[in-house]
Amino acid sequence: MGLTILIADDTETDRLILKTIVTKLGHRVVIATDGAEAVELYQQEHPALVLLDVMMPNVDGLEAARQIKTLAGEELVPIIFLTSLTDAESLARCLDVGGDDFLSKPYNATILRAKINAFNRMRMMHNTLQEQRDKIVEHNQYLLHEQTVAKEIFDKVAHSGCLNAPNLRAVQSPFAIFNGDIVVAARKPSGGMMVLLGDFAGHGLPAAIGAMPLSEIFYGMIYKGFSMPEVLAEINGKLKKVLPVSSFCCAVMVDIDFTSKLVKLWIGGLPDCYLYRSCTGEFETLASQHLPLGILGAQKFNADYQLIEMADGDRLLLMSDGVIEAQDESKQFFGVDRLLQVFKQNQQIDSLFNEIRESVFSFIGEPTDDLTMVEVTMVPLETFADEDEVFEVSAARGAQNWSVNFEFRPETLRHYNPIPLVLHCLMEIPGLGLHNSKLYTILSELYSNALEHGVLQMSSSLKHSSQGFSEYYAERESRLQWLKQGYIRFSINHQPTVQGGSVQIRVEDSGPGFNYQQLQNAMDDQLFHGRGVSLLRSFCQQVVYLGKGNCVEVVFAWTND
Amino acid sequence: MAISTSKSEDGKLTIKIQGRFDFGEHQAFRDAYERISGRPAEYVIDLNETTYLDSSALGMLLLLRDHAGGDEADIKIVNCKPDVKKILLISNFEQLFAIQ
Repeated sequence: MGLTILIADDTETDRLILKTIVTKLGHRVVIATDGAEAVELYQQEHPALVLLDVMMPNVDGLEAARQIKTLAGEELVPIIFLTSLTDAESLARCLDVGGDDFLSKPYNATILRAKINAFNRMRMMHNTLQEQRDKIVEHNQYLLHEQTVAKEIFDKVAHSGCLNAPNLRAVQSPFAIFNGDIVVAARKPSGGMMVLLGDFAGHGLPAAIGAMPLSEIFYGMIYKGFSMPEVLAEINGKLKKVLPVSSFCCAVMVDIDFTSKLVKLWIGGLPDCYLYRSCTGEFETLASQHLPLGILGAQKFNADYQLIEMADGDRLLLMSDGVIEAQDESKQFFGVDRLLQVFKQNQQIDSLFNEIRESVFSFIGEPTDDLTMVEVTMVPLETFADEDEVFEVSAARGAQNWSVNFEFRPETLRHYNPIPLVLHCLMEIPGLGLHNSKLYTILSELYSNALEHGVLQMSSSLKHSSQGFSEYYAERESRLQWLKQGYIRFSINHQPTVQGGSVQIRVEDSGPGFNYQQLQNAMDDQLFHGRGVSLLRSFCQQVVYLGKGNCVEVVFAWTND
Repeated sequence: MAISTSKSEDGKLTIKIQGRFDFGEHQAFRDAYERISGRPAEYVIDLNETTYLDSSALGMLLLLRDHAGGDEADIKIVNCKPDVKKILLISNFEQLFAIQ
């Protein structure tokens, strides 16, 4: 491919010789007769290569080279000096001013062609490099822009809670635009507070993507009154589902009750947390007991927590591994010993948080990893009194005060166990999830009594012997098969209370009922051994038979904790 | 080479990691167990010469566990230096791997 080549020489014969050689090689030639003209022609023609005589009138070759190189900027314009000089000093000067090579007179066509080709290769390589660089720069800017916009969304989702509460302090140092660490805090409808510090494996976008469902679940469930184990289990399940196998979230979650002064603590995969006791000035170490979130399936996930009593003024220090794994220039870790040293030297507990922060930051210089610390202080309940309204206006707290009625008819009774459906409805009540096994038992007992003794009119006396037991169930099956009429009605009422709620379940069947007065007396006499009824009585605050005995009403009262 | 692999006659695959075990070893570590013929009966991760282990290394171990059959996987992590062992224990990985 022919190039445009600028030849600048004040000697006409030299110009002619060069022009002939270069034109023969297939290139286009532009000619200048002195240095000033050379610079001017360079600007007009943008040649790919410049052949420049060293000694020329007006502007000499060296100065012209300087000017051309300045004009070229980032573009590579190879300049080959034409010279009859041969001393090393003069030749070196040609290269010093920015020339790329020199060509001695008399000109040799073979050498000239080789040099033109070599410099053209270099020029093309340079262009490719710059194109790639520009692409990378553009790409990077695009990426940064995307992340900045995404971060705005992220911040709104992740930091909408009560991180500004007076008893909370948090510090985060972002390694990338997105931090792999997340801190979320929310006040519970019952008045307490929950805080979670999470550290996703990795940082940047992948970590932030996991942080989104985490904070959504955290805020959503806590506002609805779900308990810490329920929230943890839900987050774990969600992360297990969305994160790749190699990714997980080390976390610590705290549930603080300012009335009872009890704190529930769950640590999975994070370094030790510390508890400062204001009465003794001592620090207690709280170690991780669980795997990080997002690794185990629902069956194996363990939400067991440590229960700690904290007096007013006691503090919990939670930190991501970025604190003790902070590295200085020589790749040394900040380490637990330095941290404990800061504890030791602390005079005023209120400044401890800042002392740790300063100590870590002055140790590392430039942060290289996500580094997050949270301090939670136990305070008197009154500290929050004026913030209660925040809850009243916040998002729906889920089903709280409602009732629902079901009627199950023969078709259903024959083929279908309606208990999971009813239980599922009840589980929509925030906080009730923890009691689901008791509720299941209660509902099952109520249902089987209504079905067997009510709708199917069977007597439990058959069940007294082991043979009778199987006969009983065979009979039950056959009666069910032929069931043409009858019903079982469930009416459920839920009333929230200060610390939980009260579920009233009334079950009515189409059966003839029974003499419950007699049952009552029998129970008083300790003669009756109906396991079902005594189970109900042990779980429920109240078990009452109504009407002709085909209707029973139980009340299950529950508390949040 | 920071990661070396050896397979014994009885189907035991040993993966040895030298130096820092972090994201830089991602591909080499995957190759160590993916590019072998046959299914090893047992995996041994030898950390005798491992000086450091970070969260992406923990992630890689989870990948191996998944590859080796998840809950059915038989993976032993042996010869841990105290610092390395501490990180494995903080993360409670002893619930997933036999750490010796």
